[in-house]
Amino acid sequence: MDKRYSRRDALAGLGVALGLSGCSNLGTVKAAALKQVKDRKAAPDFTLKDSMGRSFKLSDYKGKIVLLNFWATWCGPCKIEIPWFVEFEQKHKDQGFAVLGISMDEEGWEIVRPYLERTKMNYRVAIGNDMMAQLYGGVDSLPTSFLLDRQGRIASVHVGLVSKSDYQNEINEMLASGAAKRAGLPSTD
Amino acid sequence: MKCWLAALLSVLVCPAQISAPLALAPTEKVTARQGETVAVRLHLRLGPGYHVNSNTPSDEFLIPLKLSWDTSPMQPAGVAYPKGQMEKYSFSEKPLSVYTGDFELLAKFRVPANAAKGPQKLTGKVRYQACTRTMCLPPRSLAIQLPVEIR
Repeated sequence: MDKRYSRRDALAGLGVALGLSGCSNLGTVKAAALKQVKDRKAAPDFTLKDSMGRSFKLSDYKGKIVLLNFWATWCGPCKIEIPWFVEFEQKHKDQGFAVLGISMDEEGWEIVRPYLERTKMNYRVAIGNDMMAQLYGGVDSLPTSFLLDRQGRIASVHVGLVSKSDYQNEINEMLASGAAKRAGLPSTD
Repeated sequence: MKCWLAALLSVLVCPAQISAPLALAPTEKVTARQGETVAVRLHLRLGPGYHVNSNTPSDEFLIPLKLSWDTSPMQPAGVAYPKGQMEKYSFSEKPLSVYTGDFELLAKFRVPANAAKGPQKLTGKVRYQACTRTMCLPPRSLAIQLPVEIR
């Protein structure tokens, strides 16, 4: 995986998202389409500990489609997305899909663990740190999500609240692409 | 004044592009006499499209706006925060207690009878956490530096 996902790429993603939204902050940010495979960059690898204290790497997920979501307990818009992600995890986990939540709460597990219990998050959550966030362009705004393909490449970036259907469409497209590949048909994955 | 104008222009361009949505308006020099109690008004301005949690947020996970002092020739004697506006956002079931636009904090101080006379400096910070309707910025601190004249 790439050592570093450049800040320029993240800002470009933010610029695209803001450009499409016309700087509107009244509704959700319109999602950009999935990047073509040739334009995808490898997601930087990292090692973190999850809520059970288990150490894991992003590269452990290679072969799966991953929704990497940066969030925080104090982030209102993140709260809207979490139930969607719970649903996606439940619906697609048997198709090689996983949600990975990275909390950016400075207080760590003391504040995040009660929140996980309250919201019944069924996917893996870890506490992020500045060093790790820098690999992903700084993650200055939350929520920020990266959809990774089965090769661990960044297929789309979303800064701010995106509609559930945008996420669902992208996941469906990536799942279908994998199925097409297995059937020997042309695919985007 | 130029900084104030630049901050205003930057938030007008696009709120999500600025790094610090909260700014302190120019504040007059504080003049206080030994043994007196003084109140200092801090005028804060939040960029369009943003809200910050009030000092008493409606949810335990939300970060309150809080003014604290690091150094002061006077004894801090409390802060009066404005009452939060109850605003409904799509991401919250209940209305949230927030500040938007311009608002004011009133910081009170007691000046010790033996306080050193002359020009001094008051330094502190406003910790806050800002969001728009679609995204949030990490908690930040706005540095406060005010000249004080003790007479």
